[in-house]
Amino acid sequence: MDQDDHGAIALILLAHCSAISMMAIGGGVVALTPELERLVVYNHHWMSARSFIENYTLAQAAPGPNMLFVTLMGLQAAGVPGALAATVGIIGPPVAFLLAMLRFGSRLGSPAMALLLRRAVAPLSIGLMLATSWSLSRMAVDNWQGALLLVGTTVCMLRTRLNPLWLIAGGAGAGMAGWI
Amino acid sequence: MTRPLTPRQLFLVFSHLSLLGFGGVLPWAYRILVERRQLITPDTFRELFAYAQLFPGPTICNMAVLVGHRESGTRGGLAALAGMLAVPCVLVCSLWYLLQRFGQTPLVADALRGMSAVAAGLVVATACKLARTLPRDWRNLVCAALVVLGLALFRLPLLLLIVVMIPAALLLMRSAPATGVQQAPHGPG
Repeated sequence: MDQDDHGAIALILLAHCSAISMMAIGGGVVALTPELERLVVYNHHWMSARSFIENYTLAQAAPGPNMLFVTLMGLQAAGVPGALAATVGIIGPPVAFLLAMLRFGSRLGSPAMALLLRRAVAPLSIGLMLATSWSLSRMAVDNWQGALLLVGTTVCMLRTRLNPLWLIAGGAGAGMAGWI
Repeated sequence: MTRPLTPRQLFLVFSHLSLLGFGGVLPWAYRILVERRQLITPDTFRELFAYAQLFPGPTICNMAVLVGHRESGTRGGLAALAGMLAVPCVLVCSLWYLLQRFGQTPLVADALRGMSAVAAGLVVATACKLARTLPRDWRNLVCAALVVLGLALFRLPLLLLIVVMIPAALLLMRSAPATGVQQAPHGPG
């Protein structure tokens, strides 16, 4: 892939990420996973599902906000221009909106209207997170051992207060042992 | 450290707490901002966090902007955000280059496969926790189900789906009896 391609892909990433950035409601940027997967894996074939999930995992395990998986997705699709485009696109509009609200008064209509908006958005953001779960699980799991590890992780997180880092380390160990 | 913090100090504080945040920055944000530096009280932290979640976009970035803004306005907000992102971004991109180099080695690829299954499991757990906070009302179930089906099964564009679903959900909820919305737990991302 040459530099021209990278420029063109970076522009598409910038436009697309800016457009969907304001849709990250309630669950954070991870909730945009189905849409990002649709764009970079399914529609454009800029990377494999395996690369997508590996980048997600890397950002999750490394220090810093997990939303940096968007930066890695851009890096994978179109090098440094892609990384910049995806990051600016995802962060830019929400931050500009928030700063504008802080500056020009932070009341959006009446409290009753705000409550109604929250009640309307709550099931949508949960739908987004469930779709995200499905999308990530499909990309991450390709045999029954992997499925077992995924379900085990979920149960651990719901039943115990274990630090997720231990689970990630355990996953790495199980993988290296050749179990997954 | 004298209050309010300058943009430069905010950059440093947020770089620090962001780099401590393996597998999620939020717990470290609390530890550093509330417990160690005593920049904000626990109540203010909760209030700002609820606000950060209410706004669209990455919750933890919104949080950085809100805290930075309290200290020194727009420039403070941007400095805190830059601190949150700059160094971790360089770090994670460096790791990515290493991964491109060694990712094909069987041992690394095997480890990553295991870690990916765990990473997906963490998100599934967050989704379950969130779903449990939702009142069991048919309107909620219909809205959530339509979003899941639209994205996972029909691969509809998110923008289209949300632009249609927000007015639809508003109309539905207007007729719903008033119940308290519970506080949602924080998820990864």
